[in-house]
Amino acid sequence: MTDQKPFVDIRHAQKSYGTLEVLKDISLQVQRGQIVAIIGPSGSGKSTLLRAINDLDPLTGGEVWLEDTQVNKKLPHRQYEKHINQVRQDIGMVFQHFNLFPHLTVRDNIKLAPKLLKGLSDAEADKLAEEQLEKVGMLERIDYYPSRLSGGQKQRVAIARALAMKPKVMLFDEATSALDPELVEEVNLVMKKLAEEHMTMIIVTHEMGFAESVCDRVLFMDQGVVVEEGPPEVIFRNPSNERTRNFLRKHLATANK
Amino acid sequence: MGLDFSVIPKYLDVILLGALWTIAITVAAALLSFIGGILFAVIALYAPRAIRLPFRAFEWLFMGTPLLLQLFLIYFGLVQIGIDLPAFVAGVIGLGLHFAVYNSELIQTAIVAVDRGQMEAARTLGLSRGEALRKVVVPQAVRDVIPPIGNNMIALLKDSALVSVIGVGELTLSAQLAIGRTYRPFEFYVLAAVFYYVINLGMEAVLRRVERRVQASR
Repeated sequence: MTDQKPFVDIRHAQKSYGTLEVLKDISLQVQRGQIVAIIGPSGSGKSTLLRAINDLDPLTGGEVWLEDTQVNKKLPHRQYEKHINQVRQDIGMVFQHFNLFPHLTVRDNIKLAPKLLKGLSDAEADKLAEEQLEKVGMLERIDYYPSRLSGGQKQRVAIARALAMKPKVMLFDEATSALDPELVEEVNLVMKKLAEEHMTMIIVTHEMGFAESVCDRVLFMDQGVVVEEGPPEVIFRNPSNERTRNFLRKHLATANK
Repeated sequence: MGLDFSVIPKYLDVILLGALWTIAITVAAALLSFIGGILFAVIALYAPRAIRLPFRAFEWLFMGTPLLLQLFLIYFGLVQIGIDLPAFVAGVIGLGLHFAVYNSELIQTAIVAVDRGQMEAARTLGLSRGEALRKVVVPQAVRDVIPPIGNNMIALLKDSALVSVIGVGELTLSAQLAIGRTYRPFEFYVLAAVFYYVINLGMEAVLRRVERRVQASR
């Protein structure tokens, strides 16, 4: 297993805004089908790291690889745009605030990219939308506008929209942080289902319980570095680092209030 | 001399024809101002500097000078450089571009106000910047400014009377024609005013329908 080539490979990621260094030489290897959670206090750089994987926040140093393709390779502007648009089709992303397109129905939210970028016919795209919505349990809302959905429903549609591009890896940027507590579970269930289907996932989250039950590995980040990483039972039950222990203690204290 | 509205029926066909021309020029110019407004907004925000700066000058020309002067320039002025436009076409271009600049200002503000997450979500799916603008950002921006654009279109209808001065036989010019024959300015100007008002009501009804359709997604 150890000599297997990583599926997602982040090598010496470095990112600074002026003199502020938000990512300090971070490396992360994710195998195909693996599920990795990134936890840490806000401002630790975990979202920045996630957004570097599809080059939404470009790194100032280091490399990101997806299989045999370097995501952030140096190319002249025009060629780079072509390259990154292609690569992004393989990297699904789910945002904290859903970012559904409000002027389109659920159906058209999902059909837009496959029709435009993969040349699917209208009928094929319809079928694809129905399949993906079925999967997240939202088929009966296919002709609703996003404004008429609850937060949890919106996030499930957003996941279906990302899945419709048949991505190789899914990135979740605090997918449940903006939801009312009673709506978190329905989104978690969809993510668990994806996990069972061996989707490769990288999840930035504040849901320690969810991370513990679903993930193969947990990274604890603080101030732009990976402080500690390991299997969830070790990180959550028996962390070796003082900062990890402090963070988890504080987090559990506020979560249980 | 008193008022005598009995002269009206004899010239009603002239006035009706004028009203039809007013509707034609308003609809054509409104379409041009709408499509032009979207195009200008995208140029103003995203075109390279070499295009953006001359475009600013063009914008200033249309916002900072009287529409009447612009119509004269397009109809009489352009002939000198070999562009001889029919009066109707000159009128549509003048009115259309003039209001396109105003629509563009509205749409620019709305584009900037669209949540940044929309562009990010579209780019994440693999859309290029241009595709994301066309399919995601601009449609939302336009949707947000339909009511103020509607107000501009009402203003356009009223300003269409100005094209009478370059000889387009629209409502105001038709009224003047009838007045020339009958020396009854009050009667025919009032009649023209009634026609403008009715066309106005029709436009508002159309705009309300558009707004209602747009509301469905909110």
